[in-house]
Amino acid sequence: MLEGIAALVNQDPFLQRKGRFVDCVLMLESGDTRWRLTIHGGKIESIETGRFIMARHDVLMRASAETWERFWLSRPAPGYNDLFALLKKRLLTIEGNVQPFMANLFYFKGVLEMPRRLDAKAEA
Amino acid sequence: MTAFIEPVLGRYVHVSIGGKTCRVYFEEAGAGIPLLCLHTAGADGRQFRALFNDPEVTSRFRVIAFDMPWHGKSSPPAGWQHDDYRLTSEGYVEQVMAIADALQLDRPVAMGCSIGGRIALYLALKHPQRFRAIIGLQSSAFVDPYYDTEWLHRPDTHGGEVCAGAVSGLIGPDAPDAHRWETLWHYMQGGPGVFKGDLFFYKVDGDIREQVASIDTALCPLYLLTGEYDYSCPPEDTLEVARRVTGAKVTIMPGLGHFPMSENPEVFRRHLLPVLDEIVRRD
Repeated sequence: MLEGIAALVNQDPFLQRKGRFVDCVLMLESGDTRWRLTIHGGKIESIETGRFIMARHDVLMRASAETWERFWLSRPAPGYNDLFALLKKRLLTIEGNVQPFMANLFYFKGVLEMPRRLDAKAEA
Repeated sequence: MTAFIEPVLGRYVHVSIGGKTCRVYFEEAGAGIPLLCLHTAGADGRQFRALFNDPEVTSRFRVIAFDMPWHGKSSPPAGWQHDDYRLTSEGYVEQVMAIADALQLDRPVAMGCSIGGRIALYLALKHPQRFRAIIGLQSSAFVDPYYDTEWLHRPDTHGGEVCAGAVSGLIGPDAPDAHRWETLWHYMQGGPGVFKGDLFFYKVDGDIREQVASIDTALCPLYLLTGEYDYSCPPEDTLEVARRVTGAKVTIMPGLGHFPMSENPEVFRRHLLPVLDEIVRRD
């Protein structure tokens, strides 16, 4: 599912404006699945998935597959509507160098919420 | 477009708070029962802009909102540069009472949101006879910290961006875009370290769990209104306060988030007006 967001992020004027200073390798963990997003200047250059033995990343976001599924619904339920909501419910952990994340919250929230647009299209 | 001037008057009052003179900005509109509005952490009185322009409210209430010292158009006290700003429950209660006294408000209704909703509980506990009624929006007795607030005031993050980014998800999904982004703009305009200093009260000093059961609603009616999508003060936290406070009346507002009066004024008023009607009837 996540692979489909690169084009949407890279063509989104708001996210490109907000994320123009973001250089970051983000590892996203969903249960047993891992995605590695390589971001330069706010553009997602690659989204890889695999086992990533000894993989390098700057920041890691970890939640269960069920949590991400609920988070990525086009209209999430209360408590699943924002990354900080997941943090509050202790469903998400963020590890590593969190400075790029905190310094660019609108960008990272927008990127991580992008699968909702795919969900909305699937519903339509 | 025809020019429109709002029926809102803004002035400054100089008042002593914590032994220091503060120049405090306040706005008001309407006539009748004083309705003293308390804004959320890191924001200012503009959050109540729709209420000032609602004739169904201003025909019966004198709506007043002040910017807390350090917020909005209120100055920090002289010498502010020597200390980090930090709000405490004691200082916040003193501040609200000082403003009410300075404006000579006769048993106002106090309505506060978030930190204002928390201090509303303190006001109900400590000064019930000074208020006609108390309305807590997004009121909880405590919130367990869920992110490191150090990030709100550091040289390697932009304060305005990080404060607004931290609260953006607290706005409900149905908020009109203009109101959503106006609400966030207020956060982007906060002074350095001010939101963080307010959260010291909200997340550390202002834990009122052990005391809420002592609130006496026979002395001062307590109304609690909470948006469904608020995860900082989720409905269950407000319901827990209501469970402990005999006589407290609760409304859970579907689709709304943490800033009901600012993020979605049209929907919020549908929940607020019955409360205001009841206050007028009781009066």
